[in-house]
Amino acid sequence: MRLNVPISVGGWGRFLSRWDVLAVLLILGLLVFLAEASRHLLQPLAELQKRPVSLDPANLPEYAARTTLRMLIAMTLSLLFTFTYATLAAKNKYAERLLVPLLDILQSVPILGFISITVVFFMALAPGRVLGAEFAAIFAIFTSQAWNMAFSFYQSLRTVPAELLEASRNFRLSPWMSFWRVDVSFAMPQLIWNMMLSMSGSWFFVVASEAISVGNTTITLPGVGSYIALAITQRDLTAVGYAIFTMAIVILIYDQILFRPLVAWADRFRFEQEPGVPPPRSWMLDVLRRSRLVDRLTLPFAKLWRRLLLARWPEHAEAAERAPRPRQHAWITLQWAAVVTALAAVALWQVAHFVTADIALADVTAALLLGLATLSRIVVLIALASVIWVPIGVWVGTRPHVANLVQPIAQFLAAFPANLLFPIVVSAIVALRLDPNIWLSPLMILGTQWYILFNVVAGAAAIPAELRAAAINFRVRGWLWWRRIALPAVLPYYVTGAITASGGSWNASIVAEVASWGDEHLRAYGLGAYIAEQTDAGDFHHIVLGIAVMSFFVVLINRIFWRPLYLYAERKFRLG
Amino acid sequence: MSASMLLDIHALRQTFPRADGGELLVLDGIELQLGQGQIVGLLGRTGSGKSTLLRSIAGLMPPSAGTVTYLGQPVVAPAPGIAMVFQGFALFPWLTVLENVQLGLEALGLPDAEIRKRALAAIDLIGLDGYESAYPRELSGGMRQRVGFARALVVHPNILLMDEPFSALDVLTAETLRTDFLELWGDGKLPIKGVILVTHNIEEAVLMCDRILLFSSNPGRIIREIGVDLKRPRNRLDPRFRDLVEEIYVAMTARRPVPPKAGISAGAVATSIDTILPRISANLLSGFIETLAAEPYSGKADLPVIAELLHMEADDLFPVSDALQMLHLVEIEGGDIKITDTGKQFVEAGTDDRKKIFQRQLLSYVPLAAHIRRVLQERANHVAPKSRFFDELEDHMSTEDAEVTLRSVTAWGRYAEAFAYDDDSQTFSLENPT
Repeated sequence: MRLNVPISVGGWGRFLSRWDVLAVLLILGLLVFLAEASRHLLQPLAELQKRPVSLDPANLPEYAARTTLRMLIAMTLSLLFTFTYATLAAKNKYAERLLVPLLDILQSVPILGFISITVVFFMALAPGRVLGAEFAAIFAIFTSQAWNMAFSFYQSLRTVPAELLEASRNFRLSPWMSFWRVDVSFAMPQLIWNMMLSMSGSWFFVVASEAISVGNTTITLPGVGSYIALAITQRDLTAVGYAIFTMAIVILIYDQILFRPLVAWADRFRFEQEPGVPPPRSWMLDVLRRSRLVDRLTLPFAKLWRRLLLARWPEHAEAAERAPRPRQHAWITLQWAAVVTALAAVALWQVAHFVTADIALADVTAALLLGLATLSRIVVLIALASVIWVPIGVWVGTRPHVANLVQPIAQFLAAFPANLLFPIVVSAIVALRLDPNIWLSPLMILGTQWYILFNVVAGAAAIPAELRAAAINFRVRGWLWWRRIALPAVLPYYVTGAITASGGSWNASIVAEVASWGDEHLRAYGLGAYIAEQTDAGDFHHIVLGIAVMSFFVVLINRIFWRPLYLYAERKFRLG
Repeated sequence: MSASMLLDIHALRQTFPRADGGELLVLDGIELQLGQGQIVGLLGRTGSGKSTLLRSIAGLMPPSAGTVTYLGQPVVAPAPGIAMVFQGFALFPWLTVLENVQLGLEALGLPDAEIRKRALAAIDLIGLDGYESAYPRELSGGMRQRVGFARALVVHPNILLMDEPFSALDVLTAETLRTDFLELWGDGKLPIKGVILVTHNIEEAVLMCDRILLFSSNPGRIIREIGVDLKRPRNRLDPRFRDLVEEIYVAMTARRPVPPKAGISAGAVATSIDTILPRISANLLSGFIETLAAEPYSGKADLPVIAELLHMEADDLFPVSDALQMLHLVEIEGGDIKITDTGKQFVEAGTDDRKKIFQRQLLSYVPLAAHIRRVLQERANHVAPKSRFFDELEDHMSTEDAEVTLRSVTAWGRYAEAFAYDDDSQTFSLENPT
């Protein structure tokens, strides 16, 4: 009988192979990075003023390390949030009723408007210390990462095949074990994909969250984001170039040493087992897997993890999932409804109190009108982006070798913060005396249009070869081909991308409707500019009003336009 | 209860909540005893609740009423000593063969060395040597189900529950696996004391079981218990084997006594609006009746014989024969299927006439089709939304059954050109596109 040994037992000829050396270097590098980056966290705020952010490019590696650390901490928090929140939503049907819509709304709240409020909160938690500002920045990044991850995890949990759940119950896995072995495992590929999207998306917010000014207080945390902000204030084009270069390097690094290995490793968790698709590979994962030293170093952790996984918690009273009796069920529902109503009442009272203190009906009307202005911009922009990217996406998607080339570039562009283009746009608008109401708008869709491209590429790549062959066979070409084959086939994918793009554009409007380059300040008429200005003024009542109105618009558009369109496209055009 | 009794089910009843707040009865009055060394088969059509019963025994789905007693203890949650083999294998694709097999032992909290020893022994027993580090996706269906068996056996259960374990496999692979299993069982090499097998394959039941319980559908009740005392290993060609198969076919196609209803002539299969219609295409119906009319059957055939020739298992065959019988194109009596005069006309007719005959039979004998047609005729614009009929059906059956039934009647109505359906607007109408 052949034994399957969990550790490598090859020849012991050489103690260290070159794989080992490489692995040691990488791991040491990671440790140093973590140590260095976290050393400065617990310093009084005054320290920050003493060593202000400077545009010297020699500082950029440190800034990049700090920014990345913030993003990674936020990612860890997002994972914790995902595992708890989404699990509760998926496993408890009472909680589900509240948590799912809550997440839906949270997704629509413009994070950028939110930052000013959370900053004050976290500063109050740790007054006078860098830690408070750090928390605030991390929290802002967290809010830009967590929602879609939690949503994807929730949806995965809802679709775990019934037989797998039955098997895990039949073999009496403890809930803890079945969570890791069944639920998390099943959700893994989707979750990692969403982690990558989140990481890209959060760059946009890094820039906004590292240099925050609320009223008279300006908080600048050393990082790439504050570097960019300073470069913009000082009209230093070279520095902007350095920042872009640094970002590109950082994105490349974490893609290669974090996400590629994760994707390659998570391949085993794929549930659909389509043949013929080569599994994703990663040199980093190969290094880690081949190195004996890594094996030996990680063995204790692997053992610990196994112990933890197998831990017998106090004998869970294998409560049969007996459906509650009707009367009992009604009682629980009633209690639940009471709790929710009470919570809603308290929240309503709070909001009402907060708003009525300083807000007139005229303010609300004005905010709504501003919202309409921003809405019309977004509608036009999404339409334009669709006209441009759908044909390109289909063209790319039907050519696999081009798609492989384009995807990473588009992923980088999606991470590209709009602020970096301010110099060009603002200078052009001023020099050519253009109308900011029109020409600031493209900034809104700068980072989000790529989601349309991603999804259309994926959709076009998914058109079965047989359908394409049939089209060629029947000589379906030109406009007919687009109308009858390409566009219907990518519609479900396109809608998914467009939903993300439109939601993101609302958020981006807060940065994009006001732009400055040194002393030049430009402003467009819109809700985003309104929120940005109220933030500068430190007027919390009107910030909340702005955010509320924007969330209202996003939810409204989602419910009356995107959701029906999505359901229609799914029902009618989903292939297979 | 005697000492050799493993499982005792008494007066078990299972209901599911219905959309309108009522209850849907799935299983009723189930009595079942499993003794040491027995294989008991649960045989019935789709919708007879046999898989539901298996899940009650596994403690996955507590019964609405009645008791399941295992070794003197009531089963209210998954019990140690009852392991299950699943129809779709239910292997964890992210675990290797060895890890899948170890899973149940890990849950028991055994020491690592013991887990390893027992897992390897089970893998050895079931013929999976050399596959320990393979992932399920790398294995064929037959090998995957072997992993399913090894995973269940490794926990040394007293009772092995099998939920149509061979139905997802091709004929030859299924036969190999069955033979291997019976051999190990016969030699007493399996660490189990009793088996309950859910199947819709009549021959499989006769081949494997000591006792067979026949289930009726909607709701599931045990209509008959058949003891199989043929010597093992059993031979499918043995006349006594064939007789038993024939006997079960007769029992499963026998008309249930139904009180005659108005509008349905005596001797007909009683159908009403709330009859669940099988999802059978008009093409399949035509194909089947053509085969029946042609040589060598010339209009009359033995059900097991025609099933074997067409490679249809009982579960595929019965819905077709039921539908044809419902439309009065065939008659079924004593395990034989016979074409009617209308059936003959149908076979001999051309495409257009076939549609006319089909329409006449459909509107006469399928009350739901007649009902839809009548509603459409009564409405001024001859259009009615799908939801109107769907809601009506949901009062009598589960949501899934209502969906299937409505789809079937839509497909038949379209073929018969009795009415049209537009999926975009989800409406029925009398208009056909011109």
